Amino acid sequence: MLVQMSSMRDAYAEALVELGAKDSRVVVLGADTSVSIRTSLFADRYPERFFNVGIAEANMVGIAAGLALAGKIPYVSTYSAFVPGKCLDQIRNAIAYPNLDVKIVSSHGGLTVGADGASHQTVEDVAAIRAIPHLRVVVPADANSTRVLVDRSWTTRGPFYVRLSRANVPEVYQSSPDLQIGKAGLLKEGSDVTIVACGVMVNEAVEAAKSLSKDGVSAEVIDSHTLKPFDTDTVLKSAKKTGRIVTAEEQNIVGGLGSAVAETVSDSHPVPVSRVGVRDTFGESGEYKELMTKYGLTSQEIVRASKRLVASR
Amino acid sequence: MEQAQIPTGMLLQKAVKIRTDILEMVAEAKSGHPGGSLSAVEILVSLFFYKMRHDPKRPDWPDRDRFVLSKGHAAPALFATLAEAGYFPASELKTLRKMNSRLQGHPDFRVPGVEFPGGSLGIGLSAAIGMALAGKLDKKDYRVYALLGDGEMDEGETWEAAMAAPKFKLDNLTAIVDRNGIQQDGLTEQIMPIEPLGYKWKAFNWHVLEVDGFDLRQVIEALEKAENMRNRPTVIIAHTVKGKGVSFMEWDPAYHGKAPDKDTVRKLVEHMRQE
Repeated sequence: MLVQMSSMRDAYAEALVELGAKDSRVVVLGADTSVSIRTSLFADRYPERFFNVGIAEANMVGIAAGLALAGKIPYVSTYSAFVPGKCLDQIRNAIAYPNLDVKIVSSHGGLTVGADGASHQTVEDVAAIRAIPHLRVVVPADANSTRVLVDRSWTTRGPFYVRLSRANVPEVYQSSPDLQIGKAGLLKEGSDVTIVACGVMVNEAVEAAKSLSKDGVSAEVIDSHTLKPFDTDTVLKSAKKTGRIVTAEEQNIVGGLGSAVAETVSDSHPVPVSRVGVRDTFGESGEYKELMTKYGLTSQEIVRASKRLVASR
Repeated sequence: MEQAQIPTGMLLQKAVKIRTDILEMVAEAKSGHPGGSLSAVEILVSLFFYKMRHDPKRPDWPDRDRFVLSKGHAAPALFATLAEAGYFPASELKTLRKMNSRLQGHPDFRVPGVEFPGGSLGIGLSAAIGMALAGKLDKKDYRVYALLGDGEMDEGETWEAAMAAPKFKLDNLTAIVDRNGIQQDGLTEQIMPIEPLGYKWKAFNWHVLEVDGFDLRQVIEALEKAENMRNRPTVIIAHTVKGKGVSFMEWDPAYHGKAPDKDTVRKLVEHMRQE
C-alpha cells in the first residue's frame, strides 16, 4: 500500500499564505531560518508583512509583542530549539502574561532534526511552555492537521505555541479534518487499552493499534493535538472504558503529554499510565528513523507498553 | 524650533508633583524603586505633558503616541505621571504594590495608559519596534517612545533591537536612555562598563543625541529633533542622577530598590513643595 507522506512545514507555509490573503493583520517574523521552515513562501507573497530579524530570537518575540499590541496577528517561527529555547523570558513576560495574540509556530521539534544532533533537537520545549499560564500548546500529527490547526490558531484569540516536526510523516488524516483546539480526536475505538498520542507519535499509535489487534488486544487511539487546554473529558471517558493508558510523544516523558494524562487521571479516575517518550535524556546525531528506534519512539514500543499494562491486571 | 512656546513653568510644577508622589507612594508601599523613578521624572513630564499626542479619556485611541517603559521598575514614576495626566484617580497611588490594587510592582495592563508590561529588562525596545513597524504598515503617523535604563544596556536583547530598528528605518521610534549611572549592584561603570555609550548607538546606525535629562528644554528640543529625523531612529541619552531631588539618595545605589520611611518622606515633601 502506498503511504502518503507529508511535510508539516510545507503545510504550515501554505496555511500562512492563505491566512495572509484572508486577513491583512497577519504578519510573519523569521530569524534567519525562513527558507528552511518555508515561511519564505509568505515572505515572497507578502514581503511588506514579513520581518526577518536575523539570528535574534529574543528580539523577534519582543517585536511580535509590539506588533500584537498595535493590532497585528504575528506568527513567529524558527526552530523549536531556539524559540522557546532562547527566549522563554520574552515569551513569558511579553506574550503570555499580557495574553497577547501572538502565535509561536516552531519547526524541527523533537528528535526528527536527526543528524544535527542534540543542540538542535528539543525534548523540553513543550514541558517548558506548558507550565506558562495563558499559552495554548498544540502539537499536530501530520500536514493535514497542521493546516487545520494553524487556521484554528488564527480564529482563536490569544497566545499559542504550535510545535511542528521536521520529518516527513505519513498522513494520519485524509483531508481537512474537523479538529478543534482543546478537543482531542478519537481515531479508533477500543476496549482494552487507551493510547493517547500527539505529533508524529499519532501515526505510531495507529500502527501500534493495528498490530495489537492482530494479537487480540483492542486499543483505543486518541490524538491529543492540544496539550493545553487539555481535553480531560475525552481522556477520562476513555480511561473509564479501558482502565489503562499508554501515552506517546516525541519529547521528554517529564512534563509533556504523559504528564498531562497522569495529572488528569490521578485527579479524578486513577488508572495505570505508561509513558512512551524520550526518557529524560538528550538526543544525538543520527538518521531520524535510527534515533526514533534508539530512543523508543516507535509503534513497537507502544505495543510493548500496552501489552505490559494489559498483562498486569 | 518652537522652543519659545515651551511652558516650562507648568512642566516644572508637574515634575515637583510627580517627584513628591513617587516618594509618598514608595514610603506607603514600604518598597519599590525610588532611585530610578526620580531620575526619569523630567523625561516623563516632557513626554506626557508636552510632546506626546495622547488622550487619557481614550487610552486605546489607535492614533495615540505610545510610551513603553522598558525600565519597568520605574513604575512609580509612570503611575504618578498617568494619574496626574488623568488616566486614573490619584487617590489610587497609595495602593501601589498592595493586594487587589491595579498598581502592581511593575507596569501591567490593569492600569489604563500602560502600553507594555516592562519589568524583565531588555524587552521594551523590541516591543517598541513592533509598535513602530505596525505604525508604518498601517501608514499611521503616531510615534513610539521607549524609556530604557542604563543597566539595561547590559542585556543582549537591547543590542539585537538596536540593530533591527535602523534596518527597518524606524524614524517613528525614539529611544531614551535614563543614564543615571547606577544599577542595582553599584555604578554601571564598575558592574559592567557601557561607555562609550553614544558611540555604541552611533555604530548601530542610530541618530544619537545627548542631553541633560533634568533640563526640560533640552529634553524637549531633542524629542523634536528626533521627530524631524527621516529614515533613522533616534536615541536620546539623557544624563540624569539616580534619586534626583533627595540629597541622601542621589548617587547611592542602595536606593535603587529601597523605600525611605514615611517620616523622612513627609519632611522631604514639605521641603520640595516650598522650594
